[in-house]
Amino acid sequence: MDAEATGGAGMPQLEFSTFPNQILWLVVALVVLYLILSRVALPRIGSVLAERTGTIANDIAAAETYKMQAAEAEAAYHKALEDARAAAAKVIEEARADIQKDLDIAIAKADAEIAARSAESERRIGEIRDSAMEAVTVVAKDATKDIVTAFGVKADARSVTAAVNARIKGGAA
Amino acid sequence: MIEGKRIVAEETGGFAIYPMEQFIVRPLLGGDTVGLFTITNVTLWMALTVLAVSAVLVFGSRGRALVPTRSQSIAEVLYSFIYKMVEDVAGHDGVKYFPYIMTLFMFILFSNLLGLIPWAFTTTSHIAVTAVLALAVFISVTVLGFVLHGASFLRLFWISSAPLALRPVLALIEIISYFVRPLSHSIRLAGNMMAGHAVVKVFAGFAGALGIFGILPIVAVTAVYGLELLVSVIQAYVFTILTCVYLRDALHPHH
Repeated sequence: MDAEATGGAGMPQLEFSTFPNQILWLVVALVVLYLILSRVALPRIGSVLAERTGTIANDIAAAETYKMQAAEAEAAYHKALEDARAAAAKVIEEARADIQKDLDIAIAKADAEIAARSAESERRIGEIRDSAMEAVTVVAKDATKDIVTAFGVKADARSVTAAVNARIKGGAA
Repeated sequence: MIEGKRIVAEETGGFAIYPMEQFIVRPLLGGDTVGLFTITNVTLWMALTVLAVSAVLVFGSRGRALVPTRSQSIAEVLYSFIYKMVEDVAGHDGVKYFPYIMTLFMFILFSNLLGLIPWAFTTTSHIAVTAVLALAVFISVTVLGFVLHGASFLRLFWISSAPLALRPVLALIEIISYFVRPLSHSIRLAGNMMAGHAVVKVFAGFAGALGIFGILPIVAVTAVYGLELLVSVIQAYVFTILTCVYLRDALHPHH
């Protein structure tokens, strides 16, 4: 066999007597392999791949839904935040207005009181000034009478009074 | 220097290389003759091919996991690769022939790869095997073309886009190339497998005879072995994609 193959044509591939044997076993092997692949292996792998494609598509769709829900939730959150801000601004505005009103009332009251007090003070100052003026007149008359008496002149009360009044008026003017 | 030594060794007959011995078809269970039903090394290695393919595709995918395990990924990659090839090359209506093409591809791929195991027998290095594979493709594709399109399948050879005067000449060329297809289809595969294995065997023979300098052929064998792995896969791929191209011609014969 060795001598025949290596010594003869040198090519076992051209040993035609082995062809029927090779072809028979090739056909058997191919048929068996085809049956195994077409009945078991390929449908199984194909179904796994199809299932995976389906699962991935479903998951992507679900993810898309969740994403949209998240966007909606975010929008709702922002809207709530805006509303809360607006409400807070309104409350602040109202409080400020209230305070302003109270303040205005208080200021008006204080102004009135101040006015009353200053009027009162003015009146009293006037009184004090009047009484002081009276006192000054009296003192001036007395002093004038005394001074005139000291010079040895008998001064009558009426002319002294008139002279002092005229002097005070002139001085004041 | 080394070259000289090698030649001397060859001339003195210090060793003998029989690169073709590995291709001999032998009966496994005794006896000398190879009859039709004899259990031979062809039987053994074809059976191992069927077992290996089944292991990868059936055992590998047994988990049917949504997230594939490693072995399942291998099965799925092989499946998707060939499925996409059939779909792209032969078109959508070629998909129903996918199991046949997958069978061809897996058988050739694993025959080629198992043949690279030391002391293995490479069934696809035999022209008898590849010729049957190629003729099966050729005959079934031709029959399919006539069944699907009747006589108008012959318009495959009548190139209507060419000038009228050229068409008979082109038709002749097309017909010749059509009938050469099974020949090139089968010889390409068998020739690649045979040559690669013979080269590995020759270099290995040198390694045994050169003593310390045997390291050089060993390096060469390693390199050639890597190349042969590539060739094994590429030849299986080429055989399959050509089958798809022929199938497309049968499905859509009008250019």
